Amino acid sequence: MNLTLTEILFFVLSAITIISGALVIFSRNPVYSVLYLIVTFFAIAGHYILLNAQFLAAVHVIVYAGAIMVLFLFVIMMLNLNETTEPKTALWSKFAAVIAGLTFLPLLVGALKTSEAVVMTQPQNSDIGLVKTLGQVLFTDYLVPFELSSVLFLSAMVGAVLLGKKSTEETN
Amino acid sequence: MQSLTNRSKQVSKKEMTFMEKLYLPAILGGMRITLSHLFKKKVTVSYPEQKRPISEVYRGQHVLKRDESGAERCTACGLCSVACPAEAITMTAAERKKGEEGLYREEKYAAVYEINMLRCIFCGLCEEACPKEAIFLTDRIVPTEFERGDFVYGKDKLVEPMDKNLRVDVSVRQTKGVLEFKQHPQYAHNKLWDPNKAIKSKKSAH
Amino acid sequence: MTTLIMTSGFDWWPYILVVILFLISLGVAAYATYAERKVAAFLQDRLGPNRAGPFGILQPIADGVKMFMKEEIIPNVSNKTLFILGPAIAMLTALLTGAVIPWGPDVVVDGKVYRLQVTDVNIGVLYLLGVVSIGVYGIMIGGWASNNKYALLGALRASSQMISYEVAMGVSIVTLIMFTGTLSTAEIAQQQHGFWADGYFTWNFFKNPLVFLIFFICALAETNRTPFDLPECETELVGGYHTEYSSMKLGFYLFAEYVNMFISSAVISLFFFGGYNFPFMDQIDNQLLVSLIGVGVMFAKTVFFIFVFMWIRWTIPRFRYDQLMNLGWKVLIPLSLVNLAITGLVMYFTGNLE
Repeated sequence: MNLTLTEILFFVLSAITIISGALVIFSRNPVYSVLYLIVTFFAIAGHYILLNAQFLAAVHVIVYAGAIMVLFLFVIMMLNLNETTEPKTALWSKFAAVIAGLTFLPLLVGALKTSEAVVMTQPQNSDIGLVKTLGQVLFTDYLVPFELSSVLFLSAMVGAVLLGKKSTEETN
Repeated sequence: MQSLTNRSKQVSKKEMTFMEKLYLPAILGGMRITLSHLFKKKVTVSYPEQKRPISEVYRGQHVLKRDESGAERCTACGLCSVACPAEAITMTAAERKKGEEGLYREEKYAAVYEINMLRCIFCGLCEEACPKEAIFLTDRIVPTEFERGDFVYGKDKLVEPMDKNLRVDVSVRQTKGVLEFKQHPQYAHNKLWDPNKAIKSKKSAH
Repeated sequence: MTTLIMTSGFDWWPYILVVILFLISLGVAAYATYAERKVAAFLQDRLGPNRAGPFGILQPIADGVKMFMKEEIIPNVSNKTLFILGPAIAMLTALLTGAVIPWGPDVVVDGKVYRLQVTDVNIGVLYLLGVVSIGVYGIMIGGWASNNKYALLGALRASSQMISYEVAMGVSIVTLIMFTGTLSTAEIAQQQHGFWADGYFTWNFFKNPLVFLIFFICALAETNRTPFDLPECETELVGGYHTEYSSMKLGFYLFAEYVNMFISSAVISLFFFGGYNFPFMDQIDNQLLVSLIGVGVMFAKTVFFIFVFMWIRWTIPRFRYDQLMNLGWKVLIPLSLVNLAITGLVMYFTGNLE
């Protein structure tokens, strides 16, 4: 089999993504889970670069690995969770969790069955992932969803501020 | 109230103006001051090469003097050891044998004479107590060592060399006043001591 | 990407440049430790290290040897893998940033072009931001793995500080991107060609000084330098996140700080002070000479900003933690947002939009 460099990179990255993704779930220590999740995000950013979407890759690293995961890690480190503090779950709740998880399986299988065979293509147009192209698409074709999502974020921010603010009645 | 210096400033608790709240002018002012120090003369003294001027009567490492003929002056009377507030001085006396007259001036001499430099506070009371002008503090600095034991100086380090050219010069300390003080029949530092009074106070205590 | 490597023989130049850059970064960082002590001494009317070699210039080597010779202690209760990973990440991210900085104009020798930039990715500015945001992990992982309260608190302080100031830094960079119109570092450098063009300065500093001010303050916070050096606070946190570290692992943390300082100085001079551009560069005919002077100018500017970092350190006392957060969230972020809006409006009304 004659693999090109892109293909080798793809398989290596996919392996890293899947293995670290599995380790996120199987690690007993939550800090390890978060760290494996960061590795997963990096691997996904690598996939974006393979698809010639450098902007998306960079933003993915900055936002997910650089900001959100830091906050996750922050909280977990503050709470100092470890194996000894892990709450004991009842057997029935474990059972319920497994069933709930398994319901996802048909969905996955169904999605894979209906999808067309994946063909690896080298994008001919290397400008496709550039900021300019992305911006034009975002602000023309997808203007409404884009603005709506920004409103959503704004409301989330306002909500967070409201929650974080001390109520004057209580303190008095 | 009258202030001692004219540098005191009244504390003001007024609201800061906008310019003050920016902090930037103050920070730049501070940076200007530190920058001006970049070009100022440095106060560092590069020690082993340069030495800070010290007082003539600086109290450093001790020396046990010899007399003109090279005999040790110390007679192991123990007054220095008694005078020492830090209890740094110890000595063992010995009797001078026949034929040792050139080495020791008096009939009794110190066979062992040790000063613990870690205990010594360089107050100079030993010098003051000595009736034989044998011990003097000099302007030499006690060097650092790696072992505590090395700070206990024996006679090998304290007694000055026999060679006349290598003698330690303490002439600044042997001023006329000091010599007179030392040669006073009753010892000047004891002149306030009245035997009768001392006996009286002892009696009254009883 | 693939075709570039496969065709026309193997181009060794970028790899050589990586090695050169690696050595320069480490060398500059080593001598920055020496410079720090020397600058501190001179600002305090002292002489500073002057025993190892003439003027003490061998001091960094002596320090390095000392660091390597020290006993390596890994605490028994620590998490060993992460304990080692911490300083490694700190060092790695510090060294990664240099890749997208153009250190000088292209050098042409015998018709072959040598680019003085390891890689000109079209998202260079974002790459910088991304790598900087990863730098937090080195401190966090190291602080947590030490299994020490002080180290953990120091790590949390460091990371929350870095995240907070990343926001303001990001918005100020967005402003910069808006009026330069590019994400490529090489292009930002080219736009600031010379010093004076079309009746105004070409350097970005003169176009929007406020962006520079915000970026500079954030750079101080990102590199954990005074007045934002709260992560290592002897009075409150013992040694901060590197309390449990010894030997060269501690050295890596300290070294990473200096490499970061070098890179941020380079980025500041690149973004705002023209990078390798200098006045009257068009008057010189010899292209090679221009390139060489350009490299020199770039390094001179970088060294100057390293000096400013140190100058500030030995002038200003450190912030209290709430003051730090107030400055970050209540002053710098609104200020950078207002600056962004005003810059946008000015660009709209002067017709500088594409």
